[in-house]
Formats: sequence, structure tokens, C-alpha cells
Amino acid sequence: MNLITPDLGLFFWQTVIFLILLLVLTRFAWKPILSALKSRQESIELSLKEAAKARRELEKLRQDNEKLLIKAKAERDQLIKDALNTASEIKEKARFDAIKDANKILSDAQQSIEKQKEAALLEIKSMVGDLSLSIAEKLIRTKMTDDIAQRQLMESYLKEIKLN
Amino acid sequence: MSKRAFIFLVRFNLIFIFFICCIGQAELKAAGGNSDNKTAFILHHIQDAHEWHFATIGDIHITLPLPVILVSADRGIEVFMSSKLVDKEHKPVEFKGYRYNEEHKIIPVESDRKVYDFSITKNVTSLFISVFILLMVFLTIAKKYKGNVNSAPRGIQALFEPVIIFIRDGVARPNIGEKKYEAFTPYLLTVFFFIWFNNLLGLLPGAANLTGNITVTLSLSLFTLVVTNISGSKDYWKHIFNTPGVPWWMKYPIPLMPLVEFIGIFTKPFSLMLRLFANITAGHIIIMSLIALVFIFQSVAFSPVSIIFGLFMNMVELLVAFIQAFVFTLLSAIYIGMAVEEHEHDHYHDLEQEEAHSLEVG
Repeated sequence: MNLITPDLGLFFWQTVIFLILLLVLTRFAWKPILSALKSRQESIELSLKEAAKARRELEKLRQDNEKLLIKAKAERDQLIKDALNTASEIKEKARFDAIKDANKILSDAQQSIEKQKEAALLEIKSMVGDLSLSIAEKLIRTKMTDDIAQRQLMESYLKEIKLN
Repeated sequence: MSKRAFIFLVRFNLIFIFFICCIGQAELKAAGGNSDNKTAFILHHIQDAHEWHFATIGDIHITLPLPVILVSADRGIEVFMSSKLVDKEHKPVEFKGYRYNEEHKIIPVESDRKVYDFSITKNVTSLFISVFILLMVFLTIAKKYKGNVNSAPRGIQALFEPVIIFIRDGVARPNIGEKKYEAFTPYLLTVFFFIWFNNLLGLLPGAANLTGNITVTLSLSLFTLVVTNISGSKDYWKHIFNTPGVPWWMKYPIPLMPLVEFIGIFTKPFSLMLRLFANITAGHIIIMSLIALVFIFQSVAFSPVSIIFGLFMNMVELLVAFIQAFVFTLLSAIYIGMAVEEHEHDHYHDLEQEEAHSLEVG
């Protein structure tokens, strides 16, 4: 039957054309396409691997940073604590010194007041002596006729004297 | 499949079937409408021809004459157009001592002459067209890979890249093996796309039925036969001529097993040839028969049934076009894989060990 009888001419053309197609496509299509696909696949695999590696490194870096941060925080806390301690010590010492100074100044002042008071009293004493003497002198000089007059005179003298 | 593509396919198929109906009606009228002619009408559409016949409207035949190339010992190479072999009414006439016979083949008038026909027939023309399309498509795609390899595929490249990867990773790699698949991938890709494209082209209205032609499938299966046996490993030949794991009396004195294995070399490609031919031809015959039903029932009222069934069959054929290309490629890959396989030790030895192991475990 015609339907299942191979035909020489068609067989010839089919074989020749298919062979040419196979060679041309292999050389100019499949080889470049397959090698491009392969290199793309490889580059994607490499990129993925590198991305995973970068991610791991980043994670490690983050952990390191965290550790560093914790350490830094602890150090900071210690520093602050130390500083506070030192500050309070200094404050305490300053207060103590101030009180001591104040006490010294106070005692010095009292001493000088005491001295001046003594000097003033001495001066008053000598002045009272002098006054008494001058009054006595004047009384002696004036004639003592009348007791009352004498007393008035004494009082007038006394008024003249201002006690300083 | 997107909704738009589906609607497109349905429309395309409806137009196609309408077109075929018109041709069929005109042709059947011309043929007189008896049942033998209906068979002839169907067979005519799935067979090769020396002219590309598109339609017959009334008495006007719309055909594309194709070159006839005849080779004979006494006259050398003769080339003329096929239109010379028919007259104005499209009845066969004698030209340069050649004429059409009943099977529409060109034979010499003098029966003692031996002539070889290398004509550019309808199928050869279709072959050229399909090869042109294949080259256009895949050389264009190959060019796109030359620039930036790492950029995402676009356009036609994105359409075929998954298919190429499917053939490489789904057909070649698992069946031929990691070590050797790369050498055979180009062949498998060529076979797959050649069959697929031609299957689809064969579904077009008025197109040639190339992959449903036994000569074409014979040639293709011979390629697989040659590729398989050229690349056959030592183990492959040993398996054929001294099959391991078979009792000695199967091989000597009568080489029963080697004979069976040797026949197997040829039955494998033979099955490839028949499968592709039968599937594609059968699909075409079914579609043609569904359309011919209108003329058998002699009623236009039957055409909706023809159209619905024809549409369904055409959709199925789109699927079959892919499946048959895939099956041919897959089986070729399996045969090549069987031929290039290298055993580290024979199966028999393995089996013995396995049995011993299972006994121990049991």
C-alpha cells in the first residue's frame, strides 16, 4: 500500500536535509545556547554560594559587634561607677577641708578680737587715769568755797569728758 | 494556557475546519461522492504529492506546481514542473515519456526503463519550510545568548529556553547519564524540535503531513539507530552477543539469546518509526473522517457535529504533536543511554550478592 511504502526521493531529501539541520543547529545554535545556559547556571550557583557566605560573614560580624557592644557597655558602667566614686570622695574631702578652714578662720578672728579688746581696755584704763588726774588737777586749782559749787563744777567737767 | 491563547486556538481551529469543509465539499463533488472516493479524499490529504493542492472550487484547481527531478541511467537528470503532467482540466497527460500511475506516482511510459524519483514533492517543500523556520527560530535565539549571558531570557528566547532545559534535564541527563549526556543533547534537541515543529505545521490547513509519512519517520529512526550503535560501549555489545545472566544453553550451540538481542537493535528504531507515523497519520485521518461525515450524511445539518468533534480532535492533536515529539526523543535518549552505559560489574554478579545479602538479613 502506498501509505506504508517508503519513498526513495523523500528519504534522500529527508536524510540529507536533517543531517544538515543537525550539523548547523549543533554548531550554531545548541552549542552556544547550552554553553550559555551552563555558564549562567554556574554563575547563579556561584552567586548563591557567595551570597550565603556573605550572609554567614555578616551574621558573624553582627555577633562580634554585639559582643563588643556588651563589653563596651560593661566598661562604660565600670567607668561611670569609678568616676562617681572618685567624685564623691573629692566632694567629701573638699567639704572636710572647707570646714577645717572655716574653723581656723573663725578661731583666728576670735583671737584677734580678743587682742583688740584687751588693747582697747588698756587704752580706756590709761585714758580714765589721765582724766581723773586732769579733773583732780582742775579741782585743786579752783578754790573750794562752796561744796555745792564744787560739786557743780565737777559735774560740768565730767560732762566735758566723753568716754570713749 | 491563558484564556486569550485558548480563545485564539478555538478561533483558529474553527477557521481551519471551515476551510477543510469547503475544500472537501468541492473535491467530493468533483469526485462524484461515492464511498471509495471519500477514502481517496482522506488518503490524498495525508499523502505526499508532486504538486501542492490547496483547493478546488468548481472546476478550478488551486495548486502550486513543484519541480519534478528524475534520475535515470539513460537520460541522466531531468527537471520539469509537475504542472506539465496535467492538462488544463487537471487530467493526467504524458510528458517527455512520463505519466502519473493510479497511485499518483510518476512512472516512465516505457515500462523497461528504471527511473529514480528525487522530486521536490509537497513533503520535501514542507521539509524545506520547516527547516527554514527551525533555523530562523534557533539561530535567532542563539544570537540572544551571545551578549550578556547572565541576563534573564526575553521574548522567543524565554519561550523556548524552558523546553530546551526540559530536554536537557528531563530527557538527556536522567536517561543517558551525567557523564555522557552532553554529547547527545544537540541530537535530541534537533530531533525533538524537528518533530514538534513539523507536527504543528502538519495541523495547518492545506499543509503537508510530513511527520505522518513513513519515509520521514524511517529516516529519523535510522538516525537514532546510527547514533545508538556508533556510541555503543563494550558492555552494550557484550550484552548483545554474550548476554550475562542467561543460562549457557541459550547461547550455545544455537545462539538464541544473541539472535533475539541482535534483532532488538532493529526493533527499537522500528517501533520509533511506526509509533510516530501511526500517531500522526491516525490523528489526521480522524479529523478528515469527521469532516467527511458531512458528505457521507449528505447534510449541512450535520456540520455542527463535525465542527465540534473536529475542534476537539484538533485540540487533542496539538497535545499529540508535543507528546509524540517528546516520546520519540525520550525513547531515543533511553536507547542511547542503554548503549553508552558502562557496568562496573555484570548484573548477574550483583543479583547474586543481593540475594545473599537478603538471605543474611532475613
